[in-house]
Amino acid sequence: MTVNRSTELEKRPAASPAEIERTRQASAVAPSADIYEKADALVVVADMPGVDEKSVDIRVERNVLTIEGRVAQEKHEGYRLAYSEYAPYDYHRAFTLSNEIDPSRIEATIKHGVLRLTLPKAKAAIPRKIDVKMG
Amino acid sequence: MFWPTHSRWGWDWDPWAELRRLQRDFTRLFEGVERGAPVDFPAVNVWTGPDDVIVTAEVPGIEPKNLDVSVQGDTLTIRGNREPDKIKDGESYHRQERGYGQFVRTLTLPHQVDSDKVEAKYEKGVLRLRLPRAASDKPRQIAVTTG
Repeated sequence: MTVNRSTELEKRPAASPAEIERTRQASAVAPSADIYEKADALVVVADMPGVDEKSVDIRVERNVLTIEGRVAQEKHEGYRLAYSEYAPYDYHRAFTLSNEIDPSRIEATIKHGVLRLTLPKAKAAIPRKIDVKMG
Repeated sequence: MFWPTHSRWGWDWDPWAELRRLQRDFTRLFEGVERGAPVDFPAVNVWTGPDDVIVTAEVPGIEPKNLDVSVQGDTLTIRGNREPDKIKDGESYHRQERGYGQFVRTLTLPHQVDSDKVEAKYEKGVLRLRLPRAASDKPRQIAVTTG
């Protein structure tokens, strides 16, 4: 099996947008993500519980894909938070895209707190099979 | 008081669990609140009130019908199954950080629960449960009379 590594999203965090200071005071965590490659696209699946289509923000700027999600603070009047394993933190993650992704055709859906991004490969990056004819 | 008595991480091997735990340890500091082992799935928060308990759990990407919540006495069990995207031949994962498979989480609550009146809602990947205290478990006021 051959894997076209050239289209792989690089693992280092994106330099520019990620380091810009956030306007919201809430802290942010990086959502866990799966990334897999199809013949004509990359698919990014990210766990963002607490986020829906109104509170997610996806941007592509200078080959950097940024995912942001805002989570509402949970308040229960008259109750005491007695035990906690997670905080209602926002989500923030950025990936560097290779040139082989066509940023104008990126599609995103979110359901049950899971974001699914389809990043189509640019036409030039899709491998073509060349028929060889007898001369 | 009450902690998860036991839980089981159903998926086979999760190389990311340690990293996630570290990440959460660094980023998720909660002041004055008892913190649990963050590798357990799903992560839960518990609010206590005079007459009931609110439990929230982060369980993204599950159809509500595949989420099984049961209560017996003071024990709450959340079960479910998370399926990965089916990938075809020739397709490959570049990274896989999300966990898959069966999970079971059991919590011991601070009081007996009236299981008929439990409310459960699943929204944006977050499960919210309201578990009212059973009438038999409520403290009773004893009238004091002079003899």
